[in-house]
Amino acid sequence: MNKAIVAAVTVRVLRQLRRDRRTAAMLLVLPCVLITLLWWVYDGQELVFDRVGAPLLAVFPFIVMFLVTSVTTLSERTSGTLERLLAMPMGKLDFLAGYALAFGAVAIVQGLLTTSLALFVLGLDVAGPAWVLAAVAMLDGVLGTTLGLFVSAFARTEFQAVQFMPAFVLPQLLVCGLLLPRDQLPDALRVASDLLPLSYAVDAMQQVSMHAEWTTDLGRDVVVLVGFIGGALLLGAATLRRRTP
Amino acid sequence: MQDLVVVRGRRTVLPGLSCTLRRGAITGLLGPSGCGKSTLIRSIVGVQQVDSGRVEVLGQPAGSATLRSQIGYVTQEASVYDNLSVRDNVAFFSRVLGVPVSDEDRVIEQVGLADHGGSLAGQLSGGQRSRVSLAVALLGEPPLLVLDEPTVGLDPVLRVELWRLFADLAAAGATILVSSHAMDEAARCDDLILMRSGEILAAGTPAQLCDAAGAQDIESVFLKLVRARGEAA
Ligand SMILES: Nc1ncnc2c1ncn2[C@@H]1O[C@H](COP(=O)(O)OP(=O)(O)OP(=O)(O)O)[C@@H](O)[C@H]1O
Ligand SMILES: [Mg+2]
Repeated sequence: MNKAIVAAVTVRVLRQLRRDRRTAAMLLVLPCVLITLLWWVYDGQELVFDRVGAPLLAVFPFIVMFLVTSVTTLSERTSGTLERLLAMPMGKLDFLAGYALAFGAVAIVQGLLTTSLALFVLGLDVAGPAWVLAAVAMLDGVLGTTLGLFVSAFARTEFQAVQFMPAFVLPQLLVCGLLLPRDQLPDALRVASDLLPLSYAVDAMQQVSMHAEWTTDLGRDVVVLVGFIGGALLLGAATLRRRTP
Repeated sequence: MQDLVVVRGRRTVLPGLSCTLRRGAITGLLGPSGCGKSTLIRSIVGVQQVDSGRVEVLGQPAGSATLRSQIGYVTQEASVYDNLSVRDNVAFFSRVLGVPVSDEDRVIEQVGLADHGGSLAGQLSGGQRSRVSLAVALLGEPPLLVLDEPTVGLDPVLRVELWRLFADLAAAGATILVSSHAMDEAARCDDLILMRSGEILAAGTPAQLCDAAGAQDIESVFLKLVRARGEAA
C-alpha cells in the first residue's frame, strides 16, 4: 500500500462530499433526524425507547453509509475514472482503503453526533458507558461503508445499486434481533441471522444498553464486526479488475 | 502488437491485428464508429481483456506495472470528477502519479483552461471537460500518450491549438496515438492507421497512403480501399 495515494483518495472523496451538500446532509443530519423521530414516536414510553434506541443507533449509520458508499463507488466505475486510476500506479487496496478512510471518518462524526444526541438530549438510558455506544455506532458505519464498496461491483447502474438496499439490507433488518430476540427465531432463520453482519451490530448495541460492564458477548460481536469489515475490503479488492471485457 | 484478438461480449471486435507505432511520431488511428479503435487503444493501455496475441509497449508487455506511470491515457468519455473543480481534479491525479505540484499549473495552461481552474468540471462544456481529461494525461510528461478522440466537440481554433500541442510534445520525444473518425485530421499526423471492422486497411504516412491508392486525400483513400475490399470479397 502506498500511503500518499491512500491519502490522496481520502482527501478527494471528502472534498467531493463537501461540495455535495445534500449527500453530506444525508450522512450527518438524517440519522439524527431519524433517532429524534423515534424518540417522538415513543413519547411517554421511555422504557421502549431505551430498548430499541440503542440497536437503531447501529442500524441507521449502517444503512446510510451502505447506500451512499455503494452509489458513490459505482459512479466511479461508470464514469471511467476507475479505469483511468487503475491504469495509473494505483493499488486496488489503496483505492478501497482511501474510500474506507474517508467514509470511515464520516461514520465517526456521524456516530458521535447521533449518540450524543440520543444520550444527552433525548435522554436515552443505557447501562454501559457512552464511549462504547459511540464506538460501536462508528464501527457499524464503517461496516456499512465496506459492504457498500463490495456490492457496488455487482451493479451496472446507480439504479441497480439503490436496489441493493431492499435486497441486501432489509432482510438483515428483519432477522437481526430487533423485532424478535434471535434465540426465538425459527431455526433456519436463526442460522441465517448468525451469518449476517447486522445481527452482530444490533447485538453489540443491546449488550451495551443492558450491561454496565464489558461482556464476552460484546467482545465477540466486535471481533466479528471487524472481521466482516476486513473481509468486505478484501472481497471488494478482488472485484476491482484492471482489465475489463 | 501482434495477432491481437479481442472478443467483447459475443462479438469478435479485433480478429487478429498487428501493427507498430513509431517512437516520437504522432500516429492517427482512423476508422468509422464501432470499428474497434477504442478497443485497440484499451489493449495498448492494458485495461482491455485480451483473448490472444501479444502487445508490447515501450519494450514491456502491455499492462505491466512499470508502464502505469509512463502512459498518458485519455478515455473517450472525459473521465474526471464532475463535482470537483478543474484544479482539484488535476491535483488529485497528480498526487496519485506522484508528480511535482508545479506540473499541475503547466498542464492546465497547456490545454487552455487557466481561466477555469476554479470551475467545477461538471459545469464546463463538453469540449472543456474533455480538455480537463487531457490535462490529466499530460501530467508527468509521459513518453507515450494514448488519446481516444481528444478533439471531438472542439471548435476549429481549439483543434488547431491542440494539434500544435501534440506536435510540440512529439518533437520533444513523446510517442502519440490519437484516434479520430474525422478524416480531415489525418493530414496532421506523421503516420496513419486506417481501420474498418476490426481490421487494418492500410498503414503508413499520409503521403504514402495517397500515392499507393492514387488519391488526393485520406477520405478518398479510405473509400477506395473499402470499395476494393468489397470487390475482393
Ligand atoms: N463494453 C462492451 N461490451 C461488449 N461489446 C462492446 C463493448 N464496448 C464496445 N463493444 C463492441 O465493440 C465494438 C468496437 O467498439 P469500439 O468502442 O472499440 O469502437 P470505436 O471504433 O471506438 O467506435 P467510436 O468511434 O464510436 O468510438 C463495437 O461494435 C461494440 O459493439
Ligand atoms: Mg471509441
